[in-house]
Formats: sequence, C-alpha cells, structure tokens
Amino acid sequence: MNYFVRRLIMFFVVVILAATLNFIIPRLAPGDPIGAVLEELRARGASTGGDAEDEIVAAYRARFGLDQPVYMQYLRFLTNTLRFDLGHSISYYPQKVEAALFRALPWTVGLLAISTLMSFAFGSFFGALMAWPRAPAAVNRFLPFFMVLSAVPYYLLGLILVYLFAFVLRLLPLGGAYSSGTIPRLELSFLLDVIRHGILPALSILLTSVGFWALGMRGTMVTVLGEDYLTLAEAKGLSGRRIFFAYAMRNALLPQVTSLAIALGTVASGSVLVEVVFNYPGIGWLLYNALRSSDYYMVQGVTFFLVLTVAVSVLVVDLIYPLLDPRIER
Amino acid sequence: MIETFLRRAKAAGSYTLRTPKLLLGLVLLASLLLLGLLGPAFVDVEKARPISVKPSQPPSAEYPLGTDSGGRDVLAVIIVGTPQTLRMGLLAGVVGVVLGTSLGLLAGYYGGRIDMVISTATDTMLTIPPLAILLVVAASVRTMSVENMAIIIALLSWMFPARTIRAQVLSLREQPYVHMARLAGLNDIRIIFEEIMPNILPLAAASFVGATSGAILAGIGLEVLGMGPQRTPTLGMTIYWAQLYSALIRGLWWWWLPPIIVLIILFVGLFLVSAAMDEFVNPRLRKTG
Amino acid sequence: MSQDIALQVNSLRVSYRSGDREVKAVDDVTFSLYPGERLGIVGESGSGKTTLALALMRLHKPPAYIMGGEAILDGRDILALGLDEMRQTRWSKLSLIPQGSMNSLNPVVKVKHQMADAVEAHERGLTKNEIAKHIDHLLGRVGLPGSVAEMYPHELSGGMKQRVCIALAIILEPSVIIADEPTSALDVVVQRVVMQTLNDVQAQLNAAMIIIGHDMGLMAQSADRLAVMYAGKMVEVSPISSFFHDPQHPYSKLLISSLPSPEEKRELAGIPGSQPSLLELPSGCAFHPRCPVAEDRCRAEIPALRQISSQRHAACHLVEELS
Repeated sequence: MNYFVRRLIMFFVVVILAATLNFIIPRLAPGDPIGAVLEELRARGASTGGDAEDEIVAAYRARFGLDQPVYMQYLRFLTNTLRFDLGHSISYYPQKVEAALFRALPWTVGLLAISTLMSFAFGSFFGALMAWPRAPAAVNRFLPFFMVLSAVPYYLLGLILVYLFAFVLRLLPLGGAYSSGTIPRLELSFLLDVIRHGILPALSILLTSVGFWALGMRGTMVTVLGEDYLTLAEAKGLSGRRIFFAYAMRNALLPQVTSLAIALGTVASGSVLVEVVFNYPGIGWLLYNALRSSDYYMVQGVTFFLVLTVAVSVLVVDLIYPLLDPRIER
Repeated sequence: MIETFLRRAKAAGSYTLRTPKLLLGLVLLASLLLLGLLGPAFVDVEKARPISVKPSQPPSAEYPLGTDSGGRDVLAVIIVGTPQTLRMGLLAGVVGVVLGTSLGLLAGYYGGRIDMVISTATDTMLTIPPLAILLVVAASVRTMSVENMAIIIALLSWMFPARTIRAQVLSLREQPYVHMARLAGLNDIRIIFEEIMPNILPLAAASFVGATSGAILAGIGLEVLGMGPQRTPTLGMTIYWAQLYSALIRGLWWWWLPPIIVLIILFVGLFLVSAAMDEFVNPRLRKTG
Repeated sequence: MSQDIALQVNSLRVSYRSGDREVKAVDDVTFSLYPGERLGIVGESGSGKTTLALALMRLHKPPAYIMGGEAILDGRDILALGLDEMRQTRWSKLSLIPQGSMNSLNPVVKVKHQMADAVEAHERGLTKNEIAKHIDHLLGRVGLPGSVAEMYPHELSGGMKQRVCIALAIILEPSVIIADEPTSALDVVVQRVVMQTLNDVQAQLNAAMIIIGHDMGLMAQSADRLAVMYAGKMVEVSPISSFFHDPQHPYSKLLISSLPSPEEKRELAGIPGSQPSLLELPSGCAFHPRCPVAEDRCRAEIPALRQISSQRHAACHLVEELS
C-alpha cells in the first residue's frame, strides 16, 4: 500500500479509537455527571430534593442526550466529535467546549511548543558536539549537569524556581500568563508582560529536557560517526564544519525528529502539571479544572483534543519524513 | 539457562564496581530505602496523621523538618511516604514489564497476525498521551489506593518494553543457534525459555528500571494534581497540600522542599541506574562519556 | 629520480596504543610508487594493509597513531602537513576508493551533491554549471547514465555505487588513488567489470594507484607490482609476473601454492597455522612459526627488506641479497 495512504489510515484509526475510548471510560466510572451538578445545586441550597429535583434531572438528561440508548449516544458522540462539535460545558453551560479549548490553546502552544522546540534545537546541537571528537572538551563537562536535571520532573524544578525567583528575590511573577488587571491585546507592553510570565515555566521545561535531547543525539551521533560515509567525507577533504552539519548531524537527526513528533504531541498533555503549578491558563489548566468539577463534556473534549494533537503531529512528521530521509518508500 | 544467568549476574556484579554511575545510583536508592526502613525506629510515625502536632511550625529540635498547616510532622510524613512511592513504582514496574515483555515476545517470536495485532495496539497506545488518560481514569476512581494507582499506571506503561523486546526477539529469531534449536526439533516453549529468554533478560531488566521510573513519575504527577491516594500520606500529595494551602507564598519552605528533595534523589538515583544499565546492554555508549 | 616518483613512503610506522601497550600495526614500511603504476598490496586481515591506507590519508582514528616515517607527495611530506594543508591535499592529490562501498555514500544526499562538494571544498573556481557538466562527463566515463546524478545512494545497486565512488575519486584528477578492497563487497560477476573500469580511468589519468586486497586473481588482472604484508611488515615487493612465476619469500610461495589452478587439478595446500596476534609477536621473523624452512637464525633476528634483484625486494634471511 502507498506510504501516505497507510499513514492516513493509521491516523484515522487512532482518532476513532481515541474518541471511542473517550466515550467508554467516563461511563465505566461510578458517579454520574448529573449527580455532580445536583450535588453542586444542593450545596448552594438551590435544590431541596423531591419532585423538582427529578424534573431537573430529566431535563438535564434530555438536553445532553443521556436518555437515549447507549449505541445512539455513541454514534451521536462519534459524528459530533469528528465534526469537532464537542458539546457544551456542564459547569459553565451554555459555553461550548471547543470555544474554551480555542481560548486556552494559544497559551499552551506559545509556552510549551516554543520551549520544546528550543530545547530540541539546543539539546540536539549539544548532543552532537558531545560525540564530535574535535569539539572543545568543555562541552562534555556540561553533560552530567544536564543529565541529572533531565531526571527531575519539570514541575518540581518549577516550584523551586518560583520560590527562588518570584518569592525570595521577587524578580519575576509567581504565576499566570499575564498580570491580573491587564486586558490581552496586541501591544508591546502586554507582550513583554507575557514574556516575563513565561520565563520561569519555560526555563523549568528547558533545563529539564535539554539533557534528554542531548543524550539521544549523542547516541545516534556516535553510531553515525562510525559509518563509512563519514570516512569518505573526510577523505574528500571537506571542512570539519561541512562534515559535522551535512554528513553527521543531518543523518543523526533523523531518529530525533521522530521523537520530536511525539514530544510535541505530548506537549499539550504534559502541560497539565506545569500549567497547574504556574496557574497558566492553557489546555492543561482547563482539563484540571474540568476534572475537579466533574465537567464530563469538557473532560471528554479536552482529552480528545490532546489525542488529536499527538495524532496530528505524528501524521505531520510521517508526511514530512520522506523529504528528510529519501530511503523511506513513498 | 541458569549458567548463562549466573555468568551474566557475575559480569553485572563486577561491572557495578567499575561503574561510578551505577554505584552512585544504587547508593542514592539504598539511602531512601534505609530512610523508610529505619526511620520509624527514630521518629514517631503516628505524627504523620493530620492534627497530631501543632501546625505550621518551622524546623526545630522537636520537629527537625517542621510541621505543615494540617498539623503533620513533615519528617514523619516523609518517612511514611517514601516507601509508599517506592512500592507503587516497583509494583507498576513489575506489572508493566511482565506484560510488555510477554507481548513483545509473542509478537516478535510468532510474527504474522499476532504481531500485527500487538504492534498496532502498541503503536496506538503510544500515540495516546498517557497523562490525559491517566487523569480521566484517576478522576473516575472513587477511592484511590497505592495498589489501584500502580495497576492503572502499569496498564498504560507496557508499550515501551513491548516494543524494545519485540525488536530484540525479531533479530534473535534469525540467529543461527535458534535455527539450530528449531531444526533439532525443540518446541517453541523450550526455544523461548532456553534460547531466547536468557538473551532478553538484560534488556528486560533495563526496561524494568525505566518502567519503574516512569511509573513513579506518572504517580507523582497524579498526586501533585491531588488525585493520589487519600488515606496514606505520600510525597506527591504532600506537595499538593502545600500548593493548595499556598505554602510557597507563605514562606513555609520546610513543607514542600523536603518531599521535592527526596523525589529528586529518587529520580536521579533511578536515572543513574537506568543509564548504567543501558550502557551495559549497549556497550557502544560506554566510552564516549 | 624523485621526479619520477608519485609517492615515496619511508619507514612508516603506525601503532595502536591502549594504556601503556603499543601494537605495531604498520612496522617500518618503505616503498615507492611511480606515475601510472598500480601497486597491489595483499595480506591476511590484520596484516596492516587497511591501516596503511588510512594512515597515508591521515584518516586513522585514535587509538591508532603515526609513530614515525614520512610520505613524500609532490615534494612535501604529507605526514608533517598542518591540518588545513592536509585537508587541501586530500582528494586533490590523493583520493580514496573505500572498502565498504555499500555504505560509503551519505544516504540522505543526492549523488550530484556528494560529488560537487568535493570540488567546492577545494576552490577550483568552477561555476555550478561547470561542475554539473563535469559530473555528467565523469559518470559517463565510469559507464553510468547522467540521471544517476539526481539519485540517492539507496536507489543504486552495489556495482553502481562503486562506480559512483570511482567517478568521485577522479573528480579532482589526483596523482595517487588508494583503492581499499574496491570490489570486496560486490558479487564476482560485477567485480571484474568494475575493476576494469577502475583500471581504465586510472590509466587515462596516468595516476598511481594502490590496490589493497586479498584476492590474488584480481591482483594478477590489475596490478603491475605486488607487495605482500605480514604482521605489519612488507615481506616481499615484486613485479607481478615474476611474483607469480618465482615467489621469493616463503610466505609468498605458500600464497601462490594455495591458489587453485585450472591446469593442474591438485589438493589445495593452504598455509598451516594462523597469523600471530600483533600483541604477542614471535621473536625474530614473525613468520617463522609457520615457515617450512625456518632456521635458528629466523627465531632470533628480524630480517630486513632487502633488494634481491633490480626490481625485487624480500625480507627473508634465506633469500640471497643482490650484491
């Protein structure tokens, strides 16, 4: 079968499987979304039980389609999901799930995608240098430092950084994406404010993930440096720079790119912890709050979206990969 | 098979002594284990319960690591919580690796349709962001215990060992001595256990450390989000409570910093052991440190 | 005399060092190479022939080190050149046809770019267009269609890849070509044709060529002179026909008698024993444990490579020196 067709089929299988899983898991759980809403109403003293409550329950069930047989619910869920109609938030009815998602998305992408890409670039370059015999010896002295940091979960490092730079030294904000009281708009002062808020979370991601990329790159680079085409490149009298970039790094990067696809895809789900620690209003924060308040449709929508981002980034890399590696059959 | 195993164990033993990385890692892990084992002899672990001591006290002679806002002795919490974290990680690691190794063996050895099903499942599961699924599952479990959490995490962490083992078995299957065994009329079970198993054990051991480390990472993640076990004090839940009660901006550093330090020691220890094992399995990485 | 010599190697020594141990992989090797000449170097694996080839291009990697000697090319000792001068010398004066042709081309770069970058690295003042024309011409000379330039290495067969490597080796018209087992990765049918192509282009350039290998048949077909290496030393250097008709060194004799011949069907002799480990060389002549005619002297003294006739050299106590 054609390479592209195979990849596309794989993509749809993953998306449909993910949607299905998303449908099943919450229904396996005890507890009930309407129950959660009722509890909240009771807590606020808005409901006293009895007939009135039953009516509310029935109304809710009808509105969310919970009164229909399961397979009908499933089909409806599937078609809606594939049309990217993710339903309404229960906690913030009638807000649409996809609207909340798109509001949160730029923050997550801005913070996590950028820091992941930076970390990939730095890490791969350093890793390649570490394996390069003619690199300055100092390069390898950084290795243990970044290796140890790569073992530390970024949000734990984040907490320490916040304490030092925001609480003790008061140099940077404690959390959030921008100062409270400012209104997001396209303007230099706001942009600087956003960058100031992004420094600590980005730094904690960068410091803890550079080592991972460096280690992976060093491994593949060591393999590539032993290949015959490197000997021939050197025999040809090419400059060290040209051999390093066009021959060694160019080949050693290939497996790294596959890892990058997965890393970029998991950016969104990995965002949960960093966004909770830093009070950052992205997708992870949205999911966390939806879980806390048992906001069924929001949780479903966000998880589906997270799977979708992974599937999309894997697909994109799969489609780009033949351009990077001509050996892949198209 | 036993001979091969002993030979390998001996090689691994002498390798340990020659490798500072592995030695340091093991020392770090052993120190945490000792903390959990010997700690109760010196510190009253009853004080890990809420409102058993005066709340929010800075470190003193009586409470070396101070107390939290819920009236718990932080040192006692650490002593009780550290073994829980280790137990959860080991349990999840064992289940995940046994599951992954079996599936990888089946897929690699039999190939064909079995391989297709297992590989597709592995690839699909690898695409699904584990933390998101973990959160959804965890949120729908009523009472979370250490064992529950370990099983849930293990069910989402078998894919990496499965993939590595499958690749290894695929190449082993074509080795001349496996062909010989097949020609000699050995049945599949004996070939798998006598010819293939001894050769994938080091790899399985290396992925066990990786899986344990990954499981603890996932578990701590859940706990820090407040979805860990509610009854037993754990390291991650301590960080969660500290966050919830704004310990950071109240300056109660003794509340959140000790569990973070213990966790960092734990992760660095596991990382060193796993890196050393990778080098043991893949000698090409050894020299270029 | 030096005008007529393309490459003069004197007392070259290359060692592998690990800790305080030193293994002499190439030990005191001296030879001359004349323009247009093809010198075959044969020997068992581990005899130092590939180390010699890499050291001449200074492509040897630690723990291998050049411990002494000189290699005069164009009036200069290339073993003493600065790194940048050496880089300029490689390929423009001295090119290599690699052993592992299967994997010698960068898998992710088109053939034309891999050929062009050799030219660009040496500042020949050619435009892109001229380089492209030159590449097309060279591919034709080695019997490949011009379309190969646009292909990636994995789209070529083993023989085609090696032809690309041959075209690449002559792109800057070097005075010396080192071919390290140029056909060992190819199947027998292709071997002869590729070797013929290599010989043709080398003859057209009048370049000197060192052919390293262990296939005596291919050597007989291509080489003008043959040098035999054993345990890091050259033990015999002779013109090809006299070598086959009248080998001098006992090792050469055994090599010849172990060859199958179509005229007389007989048991193949083979050489008893195996090459010694370079870590524990026997005393005296390294070949004496396997030598059928060894004497006491052979166990005590290392024989030097001596001239035994106007064109022949051998390192054996039992061969009479030219007086």
